[in-house]
Amino acid sequence: MSEKITGAEALLRSIEAEGTDTIFGYPGGAIIPVFDRLYDHGGKLNHILVRHEQGATHAAQGYARVSGKTGVVFVTSGPGATNVITGLSDAMMDSTPLVVITGQVSSESLGSDAFQETDVIGITQPVTKWSHQIRTADEIAWAVSRAFYIASTGRPGPVVLDFAKNAQNEQIEWNGYKKCEFIRSYIPYPEVNEDDVDAVAEIINAAERPLLVSGHGVMISEAEKELVELAEKADIPVATTLLGLSTIPSAHPLNKGMLGMHGNVAPNMATNRCDVLIAVGMRFDDRVTGDVKEFAKQARVIHIDIDEAEFNKNIKADATILGDAKAVMEKLLPKIKKTKHTEWLDSFVDDEQLELEKVIKKEVYPITGDLKMGEVVNKISEAAGETAVLVTDVGQNQMMSSRYFNYFIPKSIVTSGGLGTMGFGLPAAIGAKIGAPERPVCFFVGDGGIQMTVEELGVILQYGVAVKIIILNNNFLGMVRQWQDMFFNKRYSQTPMVNPDFVALAKAYGIQAEDVVTREELDGAIKRMMEYDGAYVLNVKVEEEGYVFPMVPAGSTMINTIIAPGEKYQPEN
Amino acid sequence: MEEKTLYTVTIFSENRVGLLNQISIIYTRRKLNIESLSVSPSSIKGVHKFTITSFSDRETIEKLVKQIEKRIGVLKSFYYTDDEIIYQEIALYKVPTEKLLEEPNLEKIIRKYNARILEMSRDYTILEKTGHPEETEALFEDLKCHDIRQFVRSGRVAVTKDINEYVTMFIEERKRDKEELM
Repeated sequence: MSEKITGAEALLRSIEAEGTDTIFGYPGGAIIPVFDRLYDHGGKLNHILVRHEQGATHAAQGYARVSGKTGVVFVTSGPGATNVITGLSDAMMDSTPLVVITGQVSSESLGSDAFQETDVIGITQPVTKWSHQIRTADEIAWAVSRAFYIASTGRPGPVVLDFAKNAQNEQIEWNGYKKCEFIRSYIPYPEVNEDDVDAVAEIINAAERPLLVSGHGVMISEAEKELVELAEKADIPVATTLLGLSTIPSAHPLNKGMLGMHGNVAPNMATNRCDVLIAVGMRFDDRVTGDVKEFAKQARVIHIDIDEAEFNKNIKADATILGDAKAVMEKLLPKIKKTKHTEWLDSFVDDEQLELEKVIKKEVYPITGDLKMGEVVNKISEAAGETAVLVTDVGQNQMMSSRYFNYFIPKSIVTSGGLGTMGFGLPAAIGAKIGAPERPVCFFVGDGGIQMTVEELGVILQYGVAVKIIILNNNFLGMVRQWQDMFFNKRYSQTPMVNPDFVALAKAYGIQAEDVVTREELDGAIKRMMEYDGAYVLNVKVEEEGYVFPMVPAGSTMINTIIAPGEKYQPEN
Repeated sequence: MEEKTLYTVTIFSENRVGLLNQISIIYTRRKLNIESLSVSPSSIKGVHKFTITSFSDRETIEKLVKQIEKRIGVLKSFYYTDDEIIYQEIALYKVPTEKLLEEPNLEKIIRKYNARILEMSRDYTILEKTGHPEETEALFEDLKCHDIRQFVRSGRVAVTKDINEYVTMFIEERKRDKEELM
């Protein structure tokens, strides 16, 4: 049974067939035919009108990260398309599945510098997993099915379909939609090599001081259960990357915390003492390793990842297993011997104690002085409960909230890890709430980052998205100020900020809001925020010169960790 | 630091718009200069072959090839040093006929280089020479005094010395994968 429909209608039917029900977008000249057809798809396709195209991509990222589904974005040509580049780059770095449809001028005008024409394929190729221009209506179903297949499988990533206007308007015979299952040049789930598994099992079984590192890949492949099982069976301490947070509950006795520049002392130091480091679904980012020449150089490194190009890219691996984390874990688990590493695990205690005394107690349980970022995060995490999703912006707010939030279930953190995009947070939080409406979404942001995408408060107003927004306001671009303080002689070049009245700003958008200045005000304000049925802004005045510690200086090694202003890490014995 | 070696990268891909750009930006990002490039249909129907040479170290080229292979549309990519392949390039020389005829050793030169004359007119003569870059370069040097008007060289083409044809094997394997799915 075939019928005649337009290309625009074919696009909508195709994305519906892929199971899409939510689109983040912004109309414009070169995509009007699609928005016109969207008018008749109201029951099935829920379109969220953002206030800036960058917001559409970040919202789609937040949506994708909590739901595991592919985020879909519609924008127009020219400036609409160039505005999504930051979101595409971010999604590429953090392996987030997006299908971004950009309008494009008609095929016959391509290359003529037509109004709102830009070379979208040329611009997006370096920052997407795939980008393709649709010039005729009969290739729409083919292109959309490939787009979803590529974006969502293997190591996920963003895909762009640049949709020429003539193809939107053309009439075609619609013969139904078939999902893509095969592309000759693309093997998303490589078969796990048994010999590699055997070799790795042997190394793990012989290890005396093994350390397991859990990354974003574990979350993408939903291998959290298997990862924890592996850790428990062989009694291996687990460290996570920033994006791997919540792959193991915070309270799990084997969870030793986060690795990296602002990670926990004990797991960071353990990278220098372990004899086997088992990295699963992570890519040894420089914020994790510091100086790559010094990182875990005494250890045999096992690297398990779905992307072969990550092997030996930053850290040389002694053994690798190529494959989806869950598939690998399932094959590996039966070969791992049940054992105990009591002495090794006990060796973490001194560093944990040191961090607790020197860093955590001061940050989370201060008695006097201005409010601390860590204490605000901790209290909100306690109030938000076990199903809460943490969304962060970038900077001190990101490190403080990711460090002091408590994780109970998987997919509980949405943050811009690889690209470190300030302004990511607000739209990502909106997307996360839409993707997981039953979960409380707590979004921590600085006074700088909120102003980068503050226009998206309009989305909260229009759709009533119940996001809890906590501005950790120190009237500074705090992370840069921290670096200026520590490494640039306290020359605070362009980091102090004169800020608007955030409460008045929120209220202008019809959002409940209040200022918190003193410690006495905090508990009541959090209670009011969490109990309020709807979005809420807390503008929390935190100490101006707050620092995120511990800190491994960029390009340095774990042993040079700074623990407090002017104080270097000293091992207990 | 490891000394730079001339590496030949071969890439087998689907015949699709935009792949060359995707490959070249992977070179650009690593600041690798492309010394020569040739692209043409391969012996396998529908499969294109790129041959790219550049000076690099082994580690960089290994990572580069992995990144290239990651792109959708790229079937397989390999890298070789000169001793692992048989390679050729072609050069054309345009010389004024009058000048060429002044050369007392013309026959000797043509024999020495195994060059061919493709065309000869009253005004100019076109010589052709295939070989390694240093050979085509040497003929250029010998003809230089005769006022060469044009001298062009192609990119490298290369075949491997390895007995296995990995691309054919890969394509057959993928054909079986597809059949299993259907």
